[in-house]
Amino acid sequence: MKKKILAAVMAATMVFSLVACGSSDAGSSAATGSANAATGSANAATESASAGTTSSSSSGDMIKVGIINNDPNESGYRTANDKDMKNTFTEANGYEASFAYSLKNDEQITAAQKFIQDGVDYLLLSAADTAGWDSVLKDAQDAGIRVILFDRTIDADESLYEASIVSDMAKEGQTAVDWLKSQNLSEYNIIHLQGVMGSAAQQGRTGALDDAAANDGFNLVTQQTAEWNAEKAQQIVQSVIDAGTPFNVIYAENDDMAKGAVAALDKANISHGVGKDVIVMGFDCNKWALEELKAGNWNYDGQCNPFQASYIDDIIKKLENGETISEKTIIMDEKGFDATTITQEDVDNYGI
Amino acid sequence: MSNEKKVEKGNKNFLSGLFRQQIFIPIAALIILAVFNLIADPSFFKITLGYNSAGDPVLSGYLMTILDYGSELAILAIGMTLVTAASGGQDISVGAAIAIAGSVILRVLCGTNSRPDTLQAPIIVAFLVACVVAMLFGAFNGALVAYFKIQPMVATLILYTAGRSIAAWINNNELPIVSDPTFSYFGGFIPGIPIPTPFFIAAVCVLVIFLVLKFTTLGLYTQSVGINENSSKLNGLNPTFIKFLTFVILGLCVAVAALIKVSRLSSINYSVIAKDIEMDAILAVALGGNSLSGGKFNMAASILGAYVIQFLTTTLYKFDVQSDALPAYKAVVVILLVVLSTPKVREWLSAFGKKLKQGKAVKEVG
Repeated sequence: MKKKILAAVMAATMVFSLVACGSSDAGSSAATGSANAATGSANAATESASAGTTSSSSSGDMIKVGIINNDPNESGYRTANDKDMKNTFTEANGYEASFAYSLKNDEQITAAQKFIQDGVDYLLLSAADTAGWDSVLKDAQDAGIRVILFDRTIDADESLYEASIVSDMAKEGQTAVDWLKSQNLSEYNIIHLQGVMGSAAQQGRTGALDDAAANDGFNLVTQQTAEWNAEKAQQIVQSVIDAGTPFNVIYAENDDMAKGAVAALDKANISHGVGKDVIVMGFDCNKWALEELKAGNWNYDGQCNPFQASYIDDIIKKLENGETISEKTIIMDEKGFDATTITQEDVDNYGI
Repeated sequence: MSNEKKVEKGNKNFLSGLFRQQIFIPIAALIILAVFNLIADPSFFKITLGYNSAGDPVLSGYLMTILDYGSELAILAIGMTLVTAASGGQDISVGAAIAIAGSVILRVLCGTNSRPDTLQAPIIVAFLVACVVAMLFGAFNGALVAYFKIQPMVATLILYTAGRSIAAWINNNELPIVSDPTFSYFGGFIPGIPIPTPFFIAAVCVLVIFLVLKFTTLGLYTQSVGINENSSKLNGLNPTFIKFLTFVILGLCVAVAALIKVSRLSSINYSVIAKDIEMDAILAVALGGNSLSGGKFNMAASILGAYVIQFLTTTLYKFDVQSDALPAYKAVVVILLVVLSTPKVREWLSAFGKKLKQGKAVKEVG
């Protein structure tokens, strides 16, 4: 008896969360999504933008896509990415999209299985972890569902997916380091603030700088992970300042850490920005960061392009027309912005 | 002659008394760290007066950094000590609660526009709203623990997992940035005063809690509930309410810490603000020699413990220890503390101490 009541309550909550998600705005539905994910419900926080309530009216010519993404709260990058997806895969554009969010691989896999059962046409996937996807993608293939990876790659056979749209983090790092070299400083004493160790962004952005340190005589005053965290970055830079070690470049692997570093510089009256003592470099192109750039407080910001939806849209259209995709891995265009050349237009267009 | 002996005896009693006192643990840890730094690099203790980019005088140096960054932790340690003493468990949701309170502060200050040029409300209003919200979440935790008798760690796990999403939801997942310079005073410096403001805020909190403990029965009641809930009930106390109250007080501490945190950067990042601070706060309580299973507590020792932890963190940063390895060093401290507090080791230590004394006495006779 108790179990029955419990089941009824659970069912009611699930229905409620679906309804709530469908009607509320992106922010609150995201919050609900991740709260669900946190409780570890086997349903892996499935949110449907148009499924369920509108399924009876939807006709056959709509393309059904199931989108599995990381939690939009994770970062500004992810928020922009999710917004981009939601704006592109709309009914007006001929898509019937369902979304699932989780930062956990197993929950994402569960969500993928559910989408396969629902019979989607395309499965769009930004995997939380690289491993463990083989069997579920094989199931998708058997069911005739085509898989497109975005943002993250996975360790699976290439035949299991149609295309993979990714950022080349190593290239991002190289662009930034090339820019730094072009500044022709008399010496390079760099504080290097790394992201969470082992993440693709950290590895790519660190790699280029490490090479430069080995080959071009860049001196790394300190090389520490601040785990994408502004407070940690502030403490690390503070520690270098307290020690009295001279430095003239801050190479932070994201904007938040650059911001934390700048807070420490301000406290110690060390000037930073265009034509000042310390060069500040960040990544990700948050809107506020680009504004700092425009104000001349920072020097460089490297883009990590979150706008994959148009690329995916392109690929789906091609596949629907029976064309083949020539390259499996598609690398997006990414820019690096210099404080001396950035315009308001850039801030508006590329800020996330 | 006899006078001299008396003084000596008094000294000995004082020393052994100190050794037995709870506050000895954080003091000893502090001395070990200080001596280590003194030997490794005496410049650690150098404090210089300089000017920040706004042209105001500021003191800087490692010691100032410790006072600065240890302050949030000290404030949290106050609340955490009370919660630990009364409920015999810990609140692991303080980091997430800080994200919520910080988000509320920014929401009130910024209104609906995430990048306002002027503040939409006075800072004090924003702070008071955050206090109310943080205390409500504290009350939620407290109710689960006190009235529903859920284990504190399990009860607060709810907010621990959901808190950061709630914080993001409060601001529609936007990242508000406050441009008003007065807001940065709380986590930085007040113009003209060269000591970091967080230290003053912590000092006020410490003063308040000491007055409260001295002039009210909060401390006594909390301890008696922690030591034996049933007997305190028989003596006319209301253990449920006292447990509930400690969580609400922790909520207030969280709001104060959140003000400092968001003021430091005039912004917030929901997923990483005050990350893992709950572990440091609990460690501060443990380092203060307080039993993590409740009962008697020593507030001064906890607060000192908080600064000792920051001392350790700053020392490790100074020696370029990889910051993702910091928890490992803190784990070593925890292991030492836990081992030292087990009855077996205590017995062994006191036996060892007695032996030493006897040996000395024999020598003196000889």
